[in-house]
Amino acid sequence: MREIHATKIIDIVSKLCQEANYNLGEDVIQALKKACESETKPIARDVLQQLIDNASLAKSENIPMCQDCGVAVVFVYVGQDIHVVGGDITKAVNEGVKKGYNEGYLRKSMVKNPIIERINTEDNTPAVIHYRIIPGDKLKIIFTPKGAGSENMSSLKMMKPADGVEGIKKFVLQKVSNAGPNPCPPIVLGIGIGGNFEKAAILAKESLLRPINQHNPDPKIASLEKEILNEVNLLDIGPAGFGGKTTALAVNIETYPCHIGSLPVALNINCHAARHKEVII
Amino acid sequence: MPEPVILNTPLTDNVIEDLRVGQRVLINGIIYTARDAAHKRMVELLDNNQQLPFDIKGQVIYYAGPAPAKPGQVIGSCGPTTSYRMDPYAPKLIQHGLKGMIGKGTRSVEVKEAIKKYKSIYFAAVGGLGALLAKTVKEVKVIAYPDLGPEAIRRMTVQNFPAFVAIDIYDGDIYKEKKEVDNLAFLC
Repeated sequence: MREIHATKIIDIVSKLCQEANYNLGEDVIQALKKACESETKPIARDVLQQLIDNASLAKSENIPMCQDCGVAVVFVYVGQDIHVVGGDITKAVNEGVKKGYNEGYLRKSMVKNPIIERINTEDNTPAVIHYRIIPGDKLKIIFTPKGAGSENMSSLKMMKPADGVEGIKKFVLQKVSNAGPNPCPPIVLGIGIGGNFEKAAILAKESLLRPINQHNPDPKIASLEKEILNEVNLLDIGPAGFGGKTTALAVNIETYPCHIGSLPVALNINCHAARHKEVII
Repeated sequence: MPEPVILNTPLTDNVIEDLRVGQRVLINGIIYTARDAAHKRMVELLDNNQQLPFDIKGQVIYYAGPAPAKPGQVIGSCGPTTSYRMDPYAPKLIQHGLKGMIGKGTRSVEVKEAIKKYKSIYFAAVGGLGALLAKTVKEVKVIAYPDLGPEAIRRMTVQNFPAFVAIDIYDGDIYKEKKEVDNLAFLC
């Protein structure tokens, strides 16, 4: 069995926290540039250009692109042939988050108890960690900080199978329209369809890890992604919600088989700071 | 785009009367940061007839919780947070003399009514511009609730802080007017 030391996990997570918050993916920057060229309204172009400048400043000065450095969401894909030594893997991930947020001057936004007292934990832990066992002897860690502005506009609906594609589209368009300027458009939409209640939500979150412009491998789902993107971009919410053609940069759908009586649909909205970085050990 | 309007804080009724939705502004002077938790405490003070940690008459509150400053920085990234979470508290502060708010996103009917009735103004800054906006902050000091960490009340001196007039005293709302393409093109 291949051994991986917990301290290695701490260091890697710490670096990912900083990297994800400082350095917006090139795919997102390119999408913002393309959107900027296609907008006709001066205010929309102005906002997009400022977002591009902001990302470039954050990268060059190693500072967070947004003050909301998010909930630390970590996907850990654990190869079944590895053995973590020298400590508990969950503790190691949290230690990494603590180190990364402290040393990286990132904002700590977690409170201990959601309803009573809401006292800040002061190190942005605990992380929200999703583990998955995979074949092989590699460990893949994906770090995706998620801000509250867009997370708060997300939604899940247990639909009827009869609602079908039209029902799903209506649900998504209504939620995006109601969210308006709040989730920091241009947004990225992660849609999880199928599974059950919690599976749909995880699928939605996981779909946000996909690079912009990479569609679902199923051509029918890929065309639904394009259809929803076009319709969302007719809502005229636009960059910062001031109007324009670019309400969303991408729509990513992931599906999973589901019960004969169910059609769970989860919509996870991401802001334009669509942050995620990964490392394979 | 037309030249932005240069504003100096504190704000007066005369200045607010001249502002119209969609105008670009550059804010100069002192502004105060406060978010959910600080608002809750301030409104509790007012409900108990106690003094606020700062005199809010004529002042501007910025809905923001900055990232920590790196060595050499005045402040860490410092963009606006979503304003609707402050809606339950804002009318009371406006009633007590608050003249301006900076945030992002839509406001409630109650906030709009208070803006109109007491002559206040709501500015939208661009969400997610934390790194750029931090550059406009020249001085910063925590003046209340340090236990709230990023949510503490900070007095900041800003220079040419960019924002847009989002809700004016004439029922103008930047988020409502977005569909009127011609109107907004004119405003830009």
